[in-house]
Amino acid sequence: MVKKDVPPPQQDPQAGTESTQALLRELVAHLRQNRTQLREEWARRITRAQLLTAMTEEEIFAEATSVYDNYVEALETGTFEALQAYARNLSERIIPRGVETHEVVGIVLLLRDVLARSLFAKYHEDFNKLNRILDAYEPAANRIANTVAVGFVQERERIIRQQQEAIRELSTPVLQVRERLLILPIIGVIDPQRNRQLTEQLLRAIRTNRAKVVVIDITGVAAMDSNVANQLVQTVEASRLLGATVIVTGLSPEIAQTLVTIGVDLSEMTTVGDLQGGIEEAERLLGYKVIPYAEATQQA
Amino acid sequence: MGASTIGRGMGASTVGDELRCLIAADTDVVQARQAGRELAAEVGFSAGDQTVIAAAISEIARNILMYAKRGEVRFTTVIDGTRQGLVVVAEDDGPGIRDVSRAMQDGYSTSGGLGLGLPGARRLMDEFEVVSAPGQGTRVTMRKWKRTNV
Amino acid sequence: MEVPILKQGHYLIASIQSALSDADLSKLREALIARVGKFRARGVIVDVTALDVMDSFAVRTLRDIAHMARLRGAETVIVGIQPEVAFAMVQLGLTLKGIATALDLEEGLAFLDRQGHGRIDDRSGHGRIDRG
Repeated sequence: MVKKDVPPPQQDPQAGTESTQALLRELVAHLRQNRTQLREEWARRITRAQLLTAMTEEEIFAEATSVYDNYVEALETGTFEALQAYARNLSERIIPRGVETHEVVGIVLLLRDVLARSLFAKYHEDFNKLNRILDAYEPAANRIANTVAVGFVQERERIIRQQQEAIRELSTPVLQVRERLLILPIIGVIDPQRNRQLTEQLLRAIRTNRAKVVVIDITGVAAMDSNVANQLVQTVEASRLLGATVIVTGLSPEIAQTLVTIGVDLSEMTTVGDLQGGIEEAERLLGYKVIPYAEATQQA
Repeated sequence: MGASTIGRGMGASTVGDELRCLIAADTDVVQARQAGRELAAEVGFSAGDQTVIAAAISEIARNILMYAKRGEVRFTTVIDGTRQGLVVVAEDDGPGIRDVSRAMQDGYSTSGGLGLGLPGARRLMDEFEVVSAPGQGTRVTMRKWKRTNV
Repeated sequence: MEVPILKQGHYLIASIQSALSDADLSKLREALIARVGKFRARGVIVDVTALDVMDSFAVRTLRDIAHMARLRGAETVIVGIQPEVAFAMVQLGLTLKGIATALDLEEGLAFLDRQGHGRIDDRSGHGRIDRG
């Protein structure tokens, strides 16, 4: 390549938007003309970089086509709503396939590079023109990359929140094992939101099932901060207001300590070591007597 | 003694229409909390949250009656970005609170001792602010945001 | 708003029908206390099913009722607290510690019976309604 002695690109105030528009138009025309080979080059690079491994080659090519066209359109129109909508839509489809953020960011940057290289190839003889074209291209390309990446991340966060909600629902079952007896096994991490949901569910269940005893099992809870411990105490108190006795089982020494620290009088709370023991105590309170099977069949 | 303020974040937001309830008799307290509950239901608060809001309004409105004899409770719905909420402002020209920070302390005895119910109401709401000084009346502003799922 | 008070044997049952103002609550308290003394009641049931909010004044009043009834030899049971109301109460820090609570009227009566307060009235097995 012959290096010409060129003066630095001038900041021509006259060369405002209109010139940029003209350049972008030229750029877009070039991208449309060379659509086929640029798209193929991009797809090749994606495979080489080992991105989108969760998808087949056909799928990659199909999505690459859509992304390419949306990309060029965004460059052409200068508006990004359509691109945003497409990015969300695309994300919604590929996230369940296991595609990750770095892959999406990666392929968009690869496209940017592929297109930039093609611009170098086309305008390498006119350094000035190349610079002006890049001046027009770069901000738009970066904004596109941003839009797609952000759209993907937002969609991911939305899905995660949805899943968290579903998990919360699933993992707070209130079980009725006997008449008037409810069991609430709590597993895993309790955050304040889940706690409130748990409490509301339990109170409604007490009412519906006319429960007189509730066993709350926290064997599966590793640790509890004072806020959550407070909420547990509140749950116990609220249950009592509905006429139910609460037995807490599976209280670890650490959690017992937390409760004492926040001022809970453990002698006021009925606690039993494990769930089995808790259920037996509950049955005792309810007046159930467990008799051996043989005896029962004799009496029948 | 200047007006003292104890507050928790109150950012900028768009505001809906305002609903006012005059508080001059104890039946007004009932009306105010029912109006609050209805508005909360319109915003889409859960039944549990509606009850919580109604309880907070009851406490604050009663204060007006007990200490100022007369005042007003105003409700507005708010949208701040993606979340929706309810703002309740209780205002009176009564004697005012001498020591707001002490009034906000949890000395609320469970044996039902005297108390302004402020700490209780604060626990129920997401944002809570009291502006008051002797001879300058009292204004309590509280907000609750609707829990959004996704 | 008057709260109807039913006499069932040695028990008094106050059934709150709708939201009560502070004045109504105070009147209820006076009416119940008067009747506990007059009929030598051994149990008092206050049914708050219809209350959609229980704030500090309501709780104070119920505590007063229970306290004064106990001084006159009667046990009080509060029944019908709604799940949402219970939830709001504990967040407000209001407890009914030391006062019996039950899910509903049926449970409340069963509780009093178990305490041995006796439901059967020697003279008549019928309940009478007294306007509170």
